[in-house]
Amino acid sequence: MSAPRNAAAPVAPNAASAASLTVNAVARHFPVGRGFLRGALGRTGPSIKAVDDVSFRIRRGETFSLVGESGCGKSTLARVIAGLDAPTAGTIHFADAASAEHRIQMIFQDPYASLNPRYRIGSAIAEPIRFLKLLPREAVLPRVHELLRHVGLAPADAAKFPHEFSGGQRQRVSIARALAGNPTFLVCDEPTSSLDVSVQAQILNLLRNLQRELGLTCLFISHNLSVINYVSHDVGVMYFGRLVEVAPTRVLFEAPKHPYTQLLLAALPRLDTRGRDRPPIMGEIPSPLDPPRGCAFHPRCPHANARCGEERPELAVEADGSQVACHAVSERRIPVPIHRSDGVAHG
Amino acid sequence: MSAAGPSQGANPAPPGGSAAAQAASVGAHQFAAGPSQGANPAPPGGSAAAQAAGVGAQHASEAPLLRVDGLRVEIPTRRGVLLALDDISFAIAPGEILGFVGESGAGKSLTGMAVLGLLDPPGRIAAGEVWLGGRRIDQLAPREMRRVRGKEIGAVFQDPLMSLNPLLQIGEQLIETIQTHLAVDQREATERALGLMRAVGIPAPEARFTAYPHQFSGGMRQRIVIALALCAEPRLVVADEPTTALDVSIQAQVLQLLRQLCREQRTAMLLVTHDMGVIAETADRVAVMYAGRIVEIGAVEDVIQAPVHPYTRGLMGAIPTLDETVGPLAQIDGAMPRLNARPEGCAFHPRCPDAIARCREQGPRLVAQGPRQVACWVAGPPQEVAQ
Repeated sequence: MSAPRNAAAPVAPNAASAASLTVNAVARHFPVGRGFLRGALGRTGPSIKAVDDVSFRIRRGETFSLVGESGCGKSTLARVIAGLDAPTAGTIHFADAASAEHRIQMIFQDPYASLNPRYRIGSAIAEPIRFLKLLPREAVLPRVHELLRHVGLAPADAAKFPHEFSGGQRQRVSIARALAGNPTFLVCDEPTSSLDVSVQAQILNLLRNLQRELGLTCLFISHNLSVINYVSHDVGVMYFGRLVEVAPTRVLFEAPKHPYTQLLLAALPRLDTRGRDRPPIMGEIPSPLDPPRGCAFHPRCPHANARCGEERPELAVEADGSQVACHAVSERRIPVPIHRSDGVAHG
Repeated sequence: MSAAGPSQGANPAPPGGSAAAQAASVGAHQFAAGPSQGANPAPPGGSAAAQAAGVGAQHASEAPLLRVDGLRVEIPTRRGVLLALDDISFAIAPGEILGFVGESGAGKSLTGMAVLGLLDPPGRIAAGEVWLGGRRIDQLAPREMRRVRGKEIGAVFQDPLMSLNPLLQIGEQLIETIQTHLAVDQREATERALGLMRAVGIPAPEARFTAYPHQFSGGMRQRIVIALALCAEPRLVVADEPTTALDVSIQAQVLQLLRQLCREQRTAMLLVTHDMGVIAETADRVAVMYAGRIVEIGAVEDVIQAPVHPYTRGLMGAIPTLDETVGPLAQIDGAMPRLNARPEGCAFHPRCPDAIARCREQGPRLVAQGPRQVACWVAGPPQEVAQ
């Protein structure tokens, strides 16, 4: 447990003071089929609760990851936190918000779509510096060259266009552009999902090194549990717009508690478990237009009972620092593995 | 053109190669006499063909169902002819799943398309042979090939919505496909369709029979595509990234379904994926592709646990796991060359940590190394120079 990314105690006494970002009961609802008249009359129609009642904290200099399947609301939440979208309810508080140094930058999934094809990448990287007036004009180009070297490209690449680069190199350009704004907070939305595995390794290593060097705080979004495991200090598992489990990375992977987290981990194809037969996974992800009552996972959960179908569980803290929203766990209807720092889980 | 293929260019198989191969696929028992025979080089009459036929240990007692021999696919462009696939040889036995893994552009999907006879023009098979059962299928006329596809080879692609007609109820699509390939009446076709829907795990098939594709979730749609691929009880299924568009919990279900079908119905499968985890869980053998060539092929356990080719080793080290990882991931610097900028010699040499002078000059061919085959001058044992 000496690895830097695991050094943080699960619940540090001064956790609140060290928090860089505090997300409190954030919701983002999208109205469906709202006609203009209904909007004008101020009536509220049905809505999709893409994000609902999400609260978590990210400590300074650490990476918090959100994992979940498509449609669970993780990207919507990332956009809300990055300020690209406004929450329907709840608050997002950056500890440094008052500081002039506080800046958020974002890295997107698709480096083909997020770079302007008609900008030389030197200009693309210089844009945030110029826009934010971070440096005098003559210092911009040296800074662009420095950033390019930082992400493993050459200063001469500044004169090239995006199409001259491979996908991995383009993602490096996106990272350089994000760093150009001297961010204190970085939002990475599936930054390696469109990359091949050998290139993904390059980008993950780069992101991890940059974070350590620059002391960045990161919100990292991915559907890939192995990637999450590699980059995160803490992980939040989302299902149907809500956090169902939040835990330090090792705790989550070695002692997963929520039945959904357990399902995700069991379903992941692994290199060391050839041809194993898995317990059949029940059901389908429910429709967001017709959300289940109670716990959203209960129609697929092997441990669900009547209470799960009626009453929505709230996140509750377990002994090893993880927070779980599950009646079966809180009532101890199922064995609950508790993580110890020696890496052994005890049921 | 393809008859001249093997003796031309990169594949120096003796002229007897194809004849020997044909004999192997027709005379099953002859070939199957020794399980190790397929892996050992140089049974008389054409080592390339015999190597290509080398199927996995648990399937070695049978003749291969699909055999691809020295396949070469070219794409003519205004600026010259691009070599997209070079000297691809492999075989799949009934009931066996052979996975193709590699980075985007390595040629794994193209291999599946070439087997299906669905290369997009101007792409073309320039050399090599594709044998299904005892029949050569790479030279069939489009009409005949259409009959082979669907009847003998089923296909499952990445995006289920692309494979389904949005205007037809899924029951109609199943019945249409069944009646195209099998001589059955409407009632029997309906019964078959319902049975297929049940087999691929669609709950309440009678109720879903009249539903349209958009009324199904992604996982269910992919099940319907699998049902369509299985309509005529094909002997081979080509599945190109069948679970890539699906969430991990649904992916697990679909993979299990595919594996079960191969096991129970003895369907052979060519599974194309970029995900080594999918290969590990599903395939019996795996072919690792790089820049249009197979660089390593062997049993999944062998290749994953003890990769031999430097590229496979790098690939395995680059995959993040669920264990605690303190150090950086192994990285292969650089990127795969584009088709128009393929380096001389071994295509991997500019990124290879072990490259020697020879790697820059000559491309290595696949050579048996125990039960697997590896194309590498450094990792493999000494081998004959090609050409």
